[in-house]
Amino acid sequence: MNHFSLHDVALQPETLRNELQHPACGGYAAFEGWVRDCNDGRTVLRLEYEAFPPLAVREGERILAEARAKFGVELARCAHRVGPLAVGELAVWVGVSAAHRGEAFDACRYIIDEVKHRVPIWKKEYYQDGDSGWVNCERCAAAAPQAPHRHGHRTG
Amino acid sequence: MNAPELYGLVLTGGRSRRMQRDKANLEYAGKSQLARAMELLTPLVARCFVSVRTDQLDDPARAAYDAIADIKPNLGPIGGIHAALHAYPDRGWLILACDLPFLNRATLQHLIAHRASTRVASAYRSSFDGLPEPLCAIFEPRSLKIIEESLAEGQQCPRALLSRSDVELLDLPDPRALDNVNTGEEYAAATAALGATTVAASPAAAPATAAGITTLRRLNVRYFAVLREQAGRSTEQLETQASTPRELYDELRHRRGLTLAPEFLRVAVNDEFGDWRSPLSDGDTVVFLPPVAGG
Repeated sequence: MNHFSLHDVALQPETLRNELQHPACGGYAAFEGWVRDCNDGRTVLRLEYEAFPPLAVREGERILAEARAKFGVELARCAHRVGPLAVGELAVWVGVSAAHRGEAFDACRYIIDEVKHRVPIWKKEYYQDGDSGWVNCERCAAAAPQAPHRHGHRTG
Repeated sequence: MNAPELYGLVLTGGRSRRMQRDKANLEYAGKSQLARAMELLTPLVARCFVSVRTDQLDDPARAAYDAIADIKPNLGPIGGIHAALHAYPDRGWLILACDLPFLNRATLQHLIAHRASTRVASAYRSSFDGLPEPLCAIFEPRSLKIIEESLAEGQQCPRALLSRSDVELLDLPDPRALDNVNTGEEYAAATAALGATTVAASPAAAPATAAGITTLRRLNVRYFAVLREQAGRSTEQLETQASTPRELYDELRHRRGLTLAPEFLRVAVNDEFGDWRSPLSDGDTVVFLPPVAGG
């Protein structure tokens, strides 16, 4: 089983954990990502996740399948929140069950790292100073063409 | 006191190194940039001239118009502006670069209507960096002395000159009207955005892709996160000549004012990761993916 899902209501870790119980599994590892009150030295009041659902689920399930193949784990599950979240809320949950603890830990780590880098989910932070910003996007503006001389000088 | 009579000057003198071809002959919707600029400006001014280097006086594309030749060579746009003011020092001069494919009549009319003839110049504030745009601006007779002083000091940048002069600064009615075109890639984006049906027949390699340029595709675009906010919408449907996601992004960047550079984005076509250079088909849904930040 590899199942990735998006939720606009609070995640239920107990329910998710129960999906991973399997008689062949002696080890279970889970990771919970929570909303933190600061980022890059700025006080974060709340945030908002936005996803591109069909591709987010598809890419998420690819990551879970990779983790199962790579580490030989039995079951892998990931659930991610979308919409507005308050500080302290559960943003993402990853769980893995395997025959032994080693591969469960490794697979769990692999999944959360890949999810952060590959799944089309975006995070907007709202700061105490009234500002807000899309994480990882604010420095991606196109380099100013020919700034500050916008009109290319005649080069003749 | 009445404002000095207004003459027009279209600047074409430059050799376009980045375009690898003469910019004046680039075509949009079948018209050369020079012809298009002259057509826009001529009805709005008492007389209209084309600015040329002395070695361009016999160029057939330019010979169709009254010309003013540079007095001092190799000064760039300021040389053309200087020559015009020197030739008719008691006129106001509406200076216009020929490489502004998005320029429209309303932008010129607005400039003329809000001209402040007692100041050195009237110019638009760049929607890009807030500085005066010298190449769609009115230079008054007073500016001749300032230009000559600048040239005597070795300063040739008309923007710098306007930045430190008494200039009437206007907001652009259409913020994209003065976007200019300096590279083949920008040219391809502009022809796509303007719906050009033909490309200049110069064998020196038209930069727009030859295949597909005349084919209109109906495409769906979905915007997420920072791009959704910049575009001011979640979805749109458009008919376009853009044949790849890259061309489509370049077109939408202009039209929607998207600031993210494509190098930072991924693209998805029909709900799967796609390639920037793969051809698009009619009915495709394209999503430009900003850098992700899940977890």
